[in-house]
Amino acid sequence: MTAALVLAAVLAVACVLAVALPFLREPEPDSDSLDDLDEGERRRLELLEARDRALAALKELEFDHRTGTISDEDYRSQLGPLRREAAGALQAIEQDGSGLSPSPAGRDVRSVGEPRS
Amino acid sequence: MPELGRAALVVTLGLSVYALVAGAAAARLGRRRLAYSAQNALVAAFFSTLVAAGVLLAALLRNDFSFTYVARTTSEALPTAYTISAFWGGQEGSLLLWLLMLTGFGAVAVRLNRSWARSLVVWVVPVFAAVGVFFSFLLVAVASPFATQAAPPDGAGMTPSLQNPYMLAHPPLLYVGYVGLTVPFAFAIGALLSGQLDERWLVATRRFTLFAWTALGIGQLLGAHWAYVEVGWGGYYAWDPVENAALMPWLAATAFLHSVMIQERRGMLRIWNVLLVILAFSLSLFGTFLTRSGVVNSIHSFTQSSIGPWFLAFIAVVVAFSLAVVFWRLPLLRSPTKLESPISREAAFLYNNLLLLALCLTILWGVVYPLLSEAVRGEAVVLGRSYYDFFLRIFGLPLLLLMGIGPLIAWRRASLRSLATTFRWPTAFALATGVVLLVLGAGSSVPGLVAYTFSAFVAAAIVLEFARGTRARKALGAASWPRAFSSLVARNRRRYGGYVVHAAIVLLAIGIAGSSAFDSVAEAKLARGESMEVGDYTLVYRSLDEQQVANATEVRATLGVTRGDRDLGTLEAGKNAYTIEQQVSNEVGIRSDRLTGEDLFVITEQIDPDGTIYFRVFVKPLVNLIWVAGLVFLLGSVITLWPDAREQRRLVSRASEVGVPATR
Repeated sequence: MTAALVLAAVLAVACVLAVALPFLREPEPDSDSLDDLDEGERRRLELLEARDRALAALKELEFDHRTGTISDEDYRSQLGPLRREAAGALQAIEQDGSGLSPSPAGRDVRSVGEPRS
Repeated sequence: MPELGRAALVVTLGLSVYALVAGAAAARLGRRRLAYSAQNALVAAFFSTLVAAGVLLAALLRNDFSFTYVARTTSEALPTAYTISAFWGGQEGSLLLWLLMLTGFGAVAVRLNRSWARSLVVWVVPVFAAVGVFFSFLLVAVASPFATQAAPPDGAGMTPSLQNPYMLAHPPLLYVGYVGLTVPFAFAIGALLSGQLDERWLVATRRFTLFAWTALGIGQLLGAHWAYVEVGWGGYYAWDPVENAALMPWLAATAFLHSVMIQERRGMLRIWNVLLVILAFSLSLFGTFLTRSGVVNSIHSFTQSSIGPWFLAFIAVVVAFSLAVVFWRLPLLRSPTKLESPISREAAFLYNNLLLLALCLTILWGVVYPLLSEAVRGEAVVLGRSYYDFFLRIFGLPLLLLMGIGPLIAWRRASLRSLATTFRWPTAFALATGVVLLVLGAGSSVPGLVAYTFSAFVAAAIVLEFARGTRARKALGAASWPRAFSSLVARNRRRYGGYVVHAAIVLLAIGIAGSSAFDSVAEAKLARGESMEVGDYTLVYRSLDEQQVANATEVRATLGVTRGDRDLGTLEAGKNAYTIEQQVSNEVGIRSDRLTGEDLFVITEQIDPDGTIYFRVFVKPLVNLIWVAGLVFLLGSVITLWPDAREQRRLVSRASEVGVPATR
């Protein structure tokens, strides 16, 4: 009984210490505010997601065309709109500024989804 | 040391309450240290729950019958493995396991994502904590596993049907599935509360959702196999309310795993996806409620308890709160893109979702109907097997077909000419299969024939996709065909892992159709030396033996089995009489044909004192494909779950571009 209570007390103290740790480590921090994403960063994140989505769609279209899952006719009808979508996303990122790279690893949208020769 | 267990649970409750309150305050006020403190509380809650679990496990292993729970669920004679499984065999222990897994999942999910999705995780912590508060409160105040009593000389033992190796894995896997669905729920609600409805919550939860879904799927298959070999009624799925309770969240999670791909690729179905996550989590709570409340008459409802009202109230709060938050955030959830064509891959996924949801809600209606009819009319009306079988055919067969159609259609839109070209070979193969089966006599069951034909279509579509993909990789420069194949899968794990899972579902469908639509059954009362026939088999009842084992008396009849002129050896079936539990179980005899996947299944319904036995014998064609499907399902899930380094790099790159830490 006593041993159990001692162990329970040790457990409770350890948990309290774990919970208090951020305050014990930084009793008087320079800033205690969360570095949350601001509106501009959230918008940038959405633009980047749109860019990645469009590029991934182009890549998948190209692969499905190569495998024959998508016919030449469907491929041609989708390529244009997808390219425009990707270009639009890249343009929006460029307009948003802030020194962002328009596409990951400097990829050019024209290199994705080139018609099969 | 019941005091230590009780104290540990009180500490968990305190930590959960703190994580809820401090976490919510930190998220609302933007306080960094308070947010970290709340996260630490969630992690600490896992360790304090682990201490409580350790105390219970030690009490079980020591046969400490001063613990009421231990005395109620075990006995001195119970083998050690089943003594361990008693941890989740009773209500209080299984709730403790729920809490342990919940705090564990919470701690891991928060630790893995708190760097790259920091601003989101801050809002996720109080959601996890809220669920933790409920379960720890139940364990502290309503259903404590640490209640004590004057120790009796021996325990009451374990229900005989639970004394089976499958019980070591089936319930924990279901619990991993149920509890794992808390992760997508917590992140979805966190994203809604914070208004951060970008892709991060999907990325953060993808593997957790897949893991939980896999565990739930494998857990159900193990449960089906347990029912097949142990319960001894001749089947593997009885539409039992508790079996359904596990199936429903699995169906909802399956719908989510498909529709989330539309959100990731097209930015569509955002409202639908959060609703599916809420539904899956609510159904997992409902599943736990059904299993543990004893509210529905079921072979699984081993306990009648007082936790039912608490669970119902919590489910009501979860549903009401979640829907209110979704309604509040509707403007942020509206999708900028629309469905371009009803003939497209996203449309196929949408149809798949509607069918999955329809099946899920139909099953839910079947489960709650006895409760509603009892409440309204004073008489519980149970919807039988025919109700479920009907809707399984109505919704399940089109679902099966869609599994083959979806991968063959282009995203956005597909022309009819393109469809005709793409569907040519799978359709031809399916029709040829159907005709051959019809000639072979499979027309005796139209749903069975349709299931086989659709399965052939899906199988052909999967093979075609792998073949075309491998050929394309080879054309792109892969050194050899095996390399082309492996790079195809490695570069598109989700897509091709998904196809492997689809192949598992095809095997499952063939196994279910074969064993249920084309099975044979015969019954006979035989004295020693007499014989009976079923299908192509002849069985001769040869002898009856009895032996005493540690916790039971085993009675076994030996039958000689022949098929045509071929001697297939002997088969044993009988009953076990458990002394302490004072229960008798059916111990079925099964002879599996590894080549055809067929089972000969023998039940000794009644053994008379003079040694005559009333036998029931089934022949179940292709039933073993159901268990093979489990292995294939696991393989597909592992491929899909395997980390994709290129995707990780893309996410890290994207995160660093907006200034959040570039690590996960």
